Amino acid sequence: MTSISPSRPAPALRRVLAHGLYETANVLRNGEQLLVSLILPLLVLIGLHRVHTVTDVVPGIDVVVPGVLALAVMASAFTGQGIATGFERQYGALAYLATTPLGPGGLILGKACAVLCVVVIQILALGAAGLALGWSPHASGLIWLAVVVVLGAAAFTALGLLIAGTVRAEATLAVTNVAWVLMGAAGGTVLPLNHEGTGALLLLLPSAALGEGMRAAGEGNLAVIPCLVLAGWSVLAVLAARRWFQWRS
Amino acid sequence: MPPTTPAPCLTLSQVRYAVGSARSASGVKEILSGVDVTARRGEVTVIIGPNGAGKTTTLACAQGLIRPSAGTVQLLGHNPYGAGAALRARVGVMLQDGGLPQSVRPRALLQHVARLHESPWPLEDLVERLDMADFLTTSIRRLSGGQKQRVALAAALIGRPEVVFLDEPTAGLDPQSRHLVVDLIADLKELGLGIILTTHLLEEAQKQADSVFILKDGVVVRHGTVAELTTGERNGHLPARRLVFASPRILTAEELSAAPLPVELDGDAANKAGAHWAVYGITSPEDLTRLSRWWEQIDVMPAEVSFEARTLEDVFWEVSTP
Repeated sequence: MTSISPSRPAPALRRVLAHGLYETANVLRNGEQLLVSLILPLLVLIGLHRVHTVTDVVPGIDVVVPGVLALAVMASAFTGQGIATGFERQYGALAYLATTPLGPGGLILGKACAVLCVVVIQILALGAAGLALGWSPHASGLIWLAVVVVLGAAAFTALGLLIAGTVRAEATLAVTNVAWVLMGAAGGTVLPLNHEGTGALLLLLPSAALGEGMRAAGEGNLAVIPCLVLAGWSVLAVLAARRWFQWRS
Repeated sequence: MPPTTPAPCLTLSQVRYAVGSARSASGVKEILSGVDVTARRGEVTVIIGPNGAGKTTTLACAQGLIRPSAGTVQLLGHNPYGAGAALRARVGVMLQDGGLPQSVRPRALLQHVARLHESPWPLEDLVERLDMADFLTTSIRRLSGGQKQRVALAAALIGRPEVVFLDEPTAGLDPQSRHLVVDLIADLKELGLGIILTTHLLEEAQKQADSVFILKDGVVVRHGTVAELTTGERNGHLPARRLVFASPRILTAEELSAAPLPVELDGDAANKAGAHWAVYGITSPEDLTRLSRWWEQIDVMPAEVSFEARTLEDVFWEVSTP
């Protein structure tokens, strides 16, 4: 039997990185989550490209690839993390981890690290598929792409955690999946919205802001207003989560 | 030199916790209505009470998982709500129903939690102590209830805590596993850990506890050592022992009110033919004579008569029955 000496936490950075790796491994091991995060966006990309080759109803590959990347970011940050966190909360695993040296703050930062790891894998895989299909992004836009991806991941992770921490796991599953499909199909993520009339109002949606920002980055530009919209959604979701998030269901 | 009292590792003073809102239709519901609990290092503190008494909520306040509506909580000298990693590293928590992620394997979970600590308990040592080698690489979802309980206990201990909270640590365990856990708790106590646990197994609690807190309707209705609780005064008597008899018929209210000493149904028995009744406060042969005379008056010849030491379960029944 080991004797008891004063227990100390590991350094903060090591704790967060350890949790990020642990969460990433869990996501990659979880087949259903991988399907939503990677396979479905890949199918959307190939499908839209095929449609474009026969009709002009959908735009070309240079517009579609950034939109599909945005869809993938939403899948891992919003749907994937939301559902995983909702069930962890239902099983009490979230409450248990909040009592360890990781704490609530480390838990959220670790999840954010995991989202970014998965997003990097998604961008590499979907970007490679896009390049194979003829995508030709501006090299100077890659840095802006990274900025928009980080802002988008932050906004959608915060929104996913907000839903997961306030409603039942089953409701989180339904809400995040339906919201992902609606935002992906009609919320300005994959295909650009009309910038006039009602469409202009929809540009305030986080999905539209992420799609606009990604498409602008693909052309080598930084879309400032969509970035501000994403930052605004992040702040709102974090404030709401601080107010209503419950560690136990 | 007289033995010194160990230092408190946990103090809850007049802790209240309410849910709901005055504006909502269901209004405010108070779960804890002023709970006082003190636990010490090197001791096992047991919190018992009927379902819904507030045991798990009391532990959640003590662990810093929820903020009390009123009152103070001091865990190792700090307020646990919003406390930093330094305090959380010194505390181990086993939640009711485990609190385990279902898709992870026990080895991966325990290795992960170990990495959050500077000098964790060697994993293989814990695995051996809790006999977990056979299911260390099986997904937690596929484990039996008892196996999950052991993983949750290991997760609470892997950081080598100074204080450990165990919410029903032996629930769902087979006798062999229960024995392992009970032995481990005894060893942890020897090492000087403060152990705070809840249980429904009162016989086990009676053997393990250094102090017991009985909760009912969100307040501590009795507390003390097992000896203090089982020998303490009851209705002005010292019921160190109780006499239990089986009545061949139903006893009426008038007959019971004529009894020379307090007579109550034993445990959760119903008033029917053959029911067991407990008589409290027998301290002399004269008491037995008076009791015998009462049986004669009401024309009852007990089918069985026995003396029994009062147990924690008796105390629990006394306070938990309306």
